[in-house]
Amino acid sequence: MSSFYTATDHFVLLPALLLALFACATLLFDFWVFPESQRRKHLVWFVLMGEVFASVAYFRQHLFLSQHGGELQAFGGSLVVDQFALYFHWIFVASTVIAVIMSYKYFEVRDEHHGEYYGLILLAQCGMYFLASGNELVVLFVGLETMALTFYVLVGLLKRDQRSNEAALKYFLLGALSSGLLVYGFSLLYGMSGSTKLSEIGAAVANRDSGDTVLFLAVATILSGLLFKIAAAPFHMWAPDTYEGAPTVVTAYLAVASKAASLALLLRILLGPLASSRDVWMPILAGAALLSMTIGNIAAVTQTNTKRLLAYSSINHAGYILLGVVAGNQTGIQGVLIYTMVYVVMTLGAFLVLTVLCRDTTTGEDINDLHGLMRRSPAHAIWMLIFLLSLAGIPPTAGFIGKYFIFLSLIETGHYWLAAAAAVYVAVAIYYYFRIVKSMFVDKEETEMPALSLSLGTRVALAATGAMTLGIGIYPEPFVKFAQQTLR
Amino acid sequence: MGDNLLSLILCTPLIGVLVLLFIPGTMKNAIRWWANISAVAGFLVSLPLIMNFDKSLDGYQFVERINWIPALGVQYLIGVDGISVLMVMLTTFMGMLAIFSSWDSINDKVKEYYAMFLLQQVGMIGVFISLDFMLFYVFWELVLVPMYFIIGVWGGPRKLYAAIKFFLYTLAGGVLMLLGIITLYLQHIAQTGVATFEITQLMNTQMPMWMEQLVFWSFFLGFAIKVPMFPFHTWLPDAHTEAPTAGSVILAAVLLKMGTYGFIRFSLPLLPNASADRTIVNVLVVLSLIGIIYGALVSLMQQDWKKLVAYSSVSHLGFCTLGIFALNEQGIAGSVIQQINHGISTGMLFLIVGVIYERRHTREIKEYGGLAHVMPNYAVVFAFAMLSSAGLPLLNGFIGEFTILQAAFQANMAWGAFAVTGVIFGAAYLLWLYQRTMLGEVTNEKNKGLKDLNWKEWVVFVPLMAWAIAIGVYPKPYFDILEKPVAAIVERVNGPKAPVNAAVIELKKTEAR
Repeated sequence: MSSFYTATDHFVLLPALLLALFACATLLFDFWVFPESQRRKHLVWFVLMGEVFASVAYFRQHLFLSQHGGELQAFGGSLVVDQFALYFHWIFVASTVIAVIMSYKYFEVRDEHHGEYYGLILLAQCGMYFLASGNELVVLFVGLETMALTFYVLVGLLKRDQRSNEAALKYFLLGALSSGLLVYGFSLLYGMSGSTKLSEIGAAVANRDSGDTVLFLAVATILSGLLFKIAAAPFHMWAPDTYEGAPTVVTAYLAVASKAASLALLLRILLGPLASSRDVWMPILAGAALLSMTIGNIAAVTQTNTKRLLAYSSINHAGYILLGVVAGNQTGIQGVLIYTMVYVVMTLGAFLVLTVLCRDTTTGEDINDLHGLMRRSPAHAIWMLIFLLSLAGIPPTAGFIGKYFIFLSLIETGHYWLAAAAAVYVAVAIYYYFRIVKSMFVDKEETEMPALSLSLGTRVALAATGAMTLGIGIYPEPFVKFAQQTLR
Repeated sequence: MGDNLLSLILCTPLIGVLVLLFIPGTMKNAIRWWANISAVAGFLVSLPLIMNFDKSLDGYQFVERINWIPALGVQYLIGVDGISVLMVMLTTFMGMLAIFSSWDSINDKVKEYYAMFLLQQVGMIGVFISLDFMLFYVFWELVLVPMYFIIGVWGGPRKLYAAIKFFLYTLAGGVLMLLGIITLYLQHIAQTGVATFEITQLMNTQMPMWMEQLVFWSFFLGFAIKVPMFPFHTWLPDAHTEAPTAGSVILAAVLLKMGTYGFIRFSLPLLPNASADRTIVNVLVVLSLIGIIYGALVSLMQQDWKKLVAYSSVSHLGFCTLGIFALNEQGIAGSVIQQINHGISTGMLFLIVGVIYERRHTREIKEYGGLAHVMPNYAVVFAFAMLSSAGLPLLNGFIGEFTILQAAFQANMAWGAFAVTGVIFGAAYLLWLYQRTMLGEVTNEKNKGLKDLNWKEWVVFVPLMAWAIAIGVYPKPYFDILEKPVAAIVERVNGPKAPVNAAVIELKKTEAR
């Protein structure tokens, strides 16, 4: 650890470097290679190539870790790659690939061609890399801001769309506030320990008694910032507006990748330096989880915009994930990991179906736009049904496995009432998910609907997410094992 | 075949669905033919089950075991005892008839309809043969989705309300039951270190009384909502009334039995101390009695023919749960037989409503009267179904109700006395319904030209009538097949109990990582 800048540093940093390089190159190629805008969609291939390179780098790291065990550290312990980080890295790769495939057709249909979009997506993923692998406050914060800044731009990508602009501004203002809170908490941690390294902070925090005011302040501000990022109540206000206004593909990416990355950060901090002050943050998280499920479920009931509905549903899911952290034992954390993976897959799937419905600025967003989908395109209706059942947590879909682990961990740790509340909310959630089902299967379309916008890519992506949703549900063994290994 | 018979029974409807998906939706008759072939095949493959079932053996037969999710301790473990054999036969038989009865009545989205129906068969058969609690839960939930669509797409005017109400109620109960299952599972791990959902192993788990009661109530919510017991019955009249005829038939005949079966298979053997607890037994018996009497009284007041039959289900299922919680051998055996009887007679009553609804498209009782003059055969079948439902000796209903009443009197005179009033009210609402619709002069002009039963309707009714007579005249085979499993359950609940460990076994509270 004494020697700075070694070959290991490069090995650890390689994926992030590759992502950043491809991001910058994409931005340049945008003007040099594809001057006429129609052809910029071909940049998709470039992004996919970047993902392949990054995946190879991750795979090498994975091989190294499975042979030597332990973890890889770089830059004096500022960056760390362990199975936990890799788990999230794979989630980021998968969600970026699917988001990019979705975007290709989405922007073509709307005749919007933005080369920079693909560059920004890669840059966001680069930020996520530091969130999952960072082991030092400054690195983590820089990673978070890299991701957040690119998302501010992505949300406002449709310059001519008023809602997109409004969404971006809202997200930016509230996001800046939350970052401020978070960095305030970080500064308190630094003040307590005199170090920015998570490992050293842990020791300093452990020395304080749990009633300490400064500690409480630090925990409270850090949690506020993190809850904002994962869109959990009471810091969820931005989510419905932002999800609705952003281009659907960005909404999907924001809902899955950004949330997963922020969760990685949350787990790193709460289970790392703040593990000893569990008594301080546990009640706050339990309250936030209950509130998220309540607000998410109740507000979703009356939504008529599918993107808003999914926004509230994602707030609800944040609540379930937090419950796993509240339980806090091995099963609980494993549950968080599995739930995150499941959430990413099924949410991407649901958004994929919505983008397929997109023809102009609004189609596909209103719940009525799904009318008669079963007659128009049975395959998509059935996929959507599977995703919705999974979101609701009905076996044998992936969502059930996620919820199962949360329930298991809550009962294991004696949180019977939280478990009961979480169980009852499953039934509430089915009500609004099945409003979409009703729209697809029962209602008839009043006017002729435009044909679906399909491409080979969306078909493949849909089949992949659908197969995963069913696969994790029917045969969860390998996925459960994967998550178990991650925590070893 | 022999070794995988149960899997074959389970998969036959599933194969039917998969093939069905490849038949173009426009070829409606081909779809109908195929669906009926699958359903008949489903029944035929289940025949060897009852024929080869050895009723002199204890425990489960035709057991199949595959390690499904070792990481969670979930197995694909299926097998049958005397109780589940009867339930499986009821499912395949009623499924076949219900599917056949929809030949003419379903003309819209035919393919989806039959796919949902066959899928539901898979779920219901799975519920009755699962010996792994988690597998059971998966099938339990699997049943909900097809039924939602059957009610919600092909149902009556308030179909969506009824469908989502059905879904929400049963799902809420189901998830709370899941919490109970998990508690039991964790307790088993804490004691033995083995992670399993296998019910025979879970039976060895010992829990402190408070925890056992907690788990009992969580199971209770799942099962009681499904049965449905008073006061959780409100979804039932809506679902029954709005569902298409075949949907109501299968809902009444099989789906509700999942709840009573759950009590018999899981609540009693897994939680014997809580099940025998005086307070719990009293609460459940009182709820059953309220269900019997309340269901019958509400039936008396109905203006809607189908709703009347629906409320009569609440009353009849009250008898079933009363029999179970009499906690003696007659009670449980009578309850299982009464479940089959209710399947036959209420299934017939729903089909009878369906027949007239096809012709007149109204279910208002006052629209009818004197139908016996116009449709004599129909009136005879209805009389038969009514008498079977009311419990006339030599017909099936008598056997079940009589045994249950006997058991109730044996357990407590007052329970029996209250339950008897239910029988009287039951006869009253059925006879009155018959009088108002069938007897007298034809008062409504529209009813004059109604056609009597056609051959397709006869095909559905004749087997049901034959079965009803068979049970009524010679019920011995049913009692024989139930003897062993029922005796085992009763012994477990009432017999000498293994001492509960005085030390409360705390669940491991592992610290955060």
